Amino acid sequence: MITRPFWGLGKPRLNYPPIEMLKAGSLAEVALPSRIVLLVRGAYAENGNLLVKVGDRVKTGERLILTEDKQDYFISTATGLISNISSYTGYLEEPYTSISIDAEGEEQWDGEFERSGPSMSRREALRFFKSLPGEPVFASLINKEPPLEALVVNCTDKDLLVTTNQSILKSEFESLKQGVEILRAISGIKRVVVLVPEGMDVQIEAEDVYVIEIKPVYPATLPKMVVKNVFGREVPAGETCEAVGLGFINAEAVVALALAYKSRRLPVDKVITLIKKDGSCLNLKARIGTPAKDILNAFGIELAHGDRLIFGGPMTGEAIYSEDTPISYGTDAIMVQDREHIVRSSDLQCVNCGECVRACPAKVPVNMLVRLLQNGFYEEAANRYDLLSCIECGLCSYVCIARIPLFHYIMLGKYEFAKIKSAEEVNVESEATD
Amino acid sequence: MLNQKLLTSSHAPYWHNGSSISAKSYHIMLAALPALIMGIYQYGVPALRVVALSVSCAMIWEFLMDYVTKRPISIGDGNAAVIGLLFSMLLPATTPWWAVAVGTFVAIIVGKQIYGGLGCNPLNPTLVALAILMLSWKSLFNFDGALANYDLGFYMVYPLGAVKHFGTDSLMNYTLSGLFMGRQSGGLGATFGLGLVVGGIYLILRGYIRWEISASFLAGVFLTALFFNLADPARYANPVFHLLTGYTLIGAFFLATEDSSSPVNFVPMLVYGAGGGILTVLIRNIGAFADGSVFAILMMNIANPLIDKIRPRALGRRVEHA
Repeated sequence: MITRPFWGLGKPRLNYPPIEMLKAGSLAEVALPSRIVLLVRGAYAENGNLLVKVGDRVKTGERLILTEDKQDYFISTATGLISNISSYTGYLEEPYTSISIDAEGEEQWDGEFERSGPSMSRREALRFFKSLPGEPVFASLINKEPPLEALVVNCTDKDLLVTTNQSILKSEFESLKQGVEILRAISGIKRVVVLVPEGMDVQIEAEDVYVIEIKPVYPATLPKMVVKNVFGREVPAGETCEAVGLGFINAEAVVALALAYKSRRLPVDKVITLIKKDGSCLNLKARIGTPAKDILNAFGIELAHGDRLIFGGPMTGEAIYSEDTPISYGTDAIMVQDREHIVRSSDLQCVNCGECVRACPAKVPVNMLVRLLQNGFYEEAANRYDLLSCIECGLCSYVCIARIPLFHYIMLGKYEFAKIKSAEEVNVESEATD
Repeated sequence: MLNQKLLTSSHAPYWHNGSSISAKSYHIMLAALPALIMGIYQYGVPALRVVALSVSCAMIWEFLMDYVTKRPISIGDGNAAVIGLLFSMLLPATTPWWAVAVGTFVAIIVGKQIYGGLGCNPLNPTLVALAILMLSWKSLFNFDGALANYDLGFYMVYPLGAVKHFGTDSLMNYTLSGLFMGRQSGGLGATFGLGLVVGGIYLILRGYIRWEISASFLAGVFLTALFFNLADPARYANPVFHLLTGYTLIGAFFLATEDSSSPVNFVPMLVYGAGGGILTVLIRNIGAFADGSVFAILMMNIANPLIDKIRPRALGRRVEHA
């Protein structure tokens, strides 16, 4: 854990891991577990008319359609029998359908993608690449008409200690270049900006491809900070980067796309940075859907009562309550924190010291915001105190002297505000129809 | 089920920089020690008596109030001790026990706890107590009377009182270096300029108080006093005299910088500090009181929520056209 420096005049300075730490080509592979669990976004489990049923036999890389009407699908990442379908609730009450596959017999690859021929069209990409490793919602990025102004390929990692994208940039540079060309072909986006960590010598010679170095100070690699520092634009509060014409994609997804077209097999593996209790990191490759337990066992990591298991990095990750939770397309890191290292939050009032205000990269008045959020004034927080400007970096909680869970309050506020907004929209619609 | 392994779950981030309110309180008390020890050295056991009584009373009031209102006992955060310590530093060494007890009661209960405790107080609790005592028992703060039995080897007339009543001719009795080294009468921990400056700079460098407030407060005092001095040197003392006397230095480093009652944004901090400094000299030179720091800082505390509205535009905020 990085603590407060002895002298403390300015802002906190948290550096991303230095690139010397990366060892190219040292990816440890986790063996295929006996059970794979896939989390598909959407509440399908309650739907009785599911096309996928318990007992169905599936192959690795098979495209499975969930319901007749919605045409939503997922890609099986193992060969075996579907043993369970249930609902799962994720972060901010996001509904998922959890599909368990018991691996059985020798792995067999489904041939649908291979048979579809060598064409690289957007239609084909949407048919097979709903999600890519490192990019759970890939489809929305390429399915824009007119296409986005520029595509930003992020070869840096968002959180501290995480080296997933950086290690891929080192080991799979050729595939990255091919992937960029494929992306341009299927999305229609001309300009591509490649973000690399400072000091990494990367050159790509292609028309309309620009390589930009990013300073290794947190949170410089978060998309909204990149938009501000690299492009000199501001994403309007509460909107995504796509609102200013920029699409972000992780290097891992680009490489996975290139390898998929090369091998004619859909991507089923995810590269993950494993952050151990002592802070040491290693990169590994595991099948998407592998429960966290199997990965920890593979590296001999003991998880004791009271420890913390986190999907993601130390600043923005998501604490998981069960070791059985599987890794998914967006799981860039798994962090294990010893109970001795857990700093507990407090229920104190804000003391108005101003550390959060100075730390905030988006200049949100966190000291005022938290007073409103603690009392449930979500609309006022959004309208007058810049709740929606938050870029979700977690620095406010990190520096809070009263140890108030500020980031938690902000995310709760955003969630509640979105609920209020959607309720208002429903009211307006019903009034209009009356 | 009893032996089931449970994981700790919470929201991100999972790291913390390790700072805490109690650490901050202890550092403020540490930084106050040089000036305090000088005061105890000068005035002896009576000064120590006032300090010890004030700190313990403040903590007892805090404890009792927490107990009565059924809130978690908060003396562990050290804030009550800080309030008690700073309060005692402003008092003359001979202050009677009941005044210390009443003062700390006002500071802790009226100044802080009735608003909801630490962080909710709109005014600096120490100064609320001091102001109420000053208005209620004026003679308590007559330093010349209170310290009449002391002869510490320097001119024992309260400098701000002297200049107010006898004009700048009385300044002959003081040297600036003497004032800076604590050779003046006043609050038991508020006269040793060097100690206060060292403590203040330590707090600034460690990031516990903000340099913007201290620097602009001192600049406000200096510039306002300079204008007065230039206008009428016979009536108004020179600016350095104002910096070194009364509660100016303890105000700049320990009182105006109190978190809850001071702004957090850059420009507001400058406005707040400068405003406090300007008001201090205005009250001293043309107001009714010998020292204006207490009321000047309280006035700026009141203005704080309004001043702190001056803030940078947040990322992606649409500019509103009225």
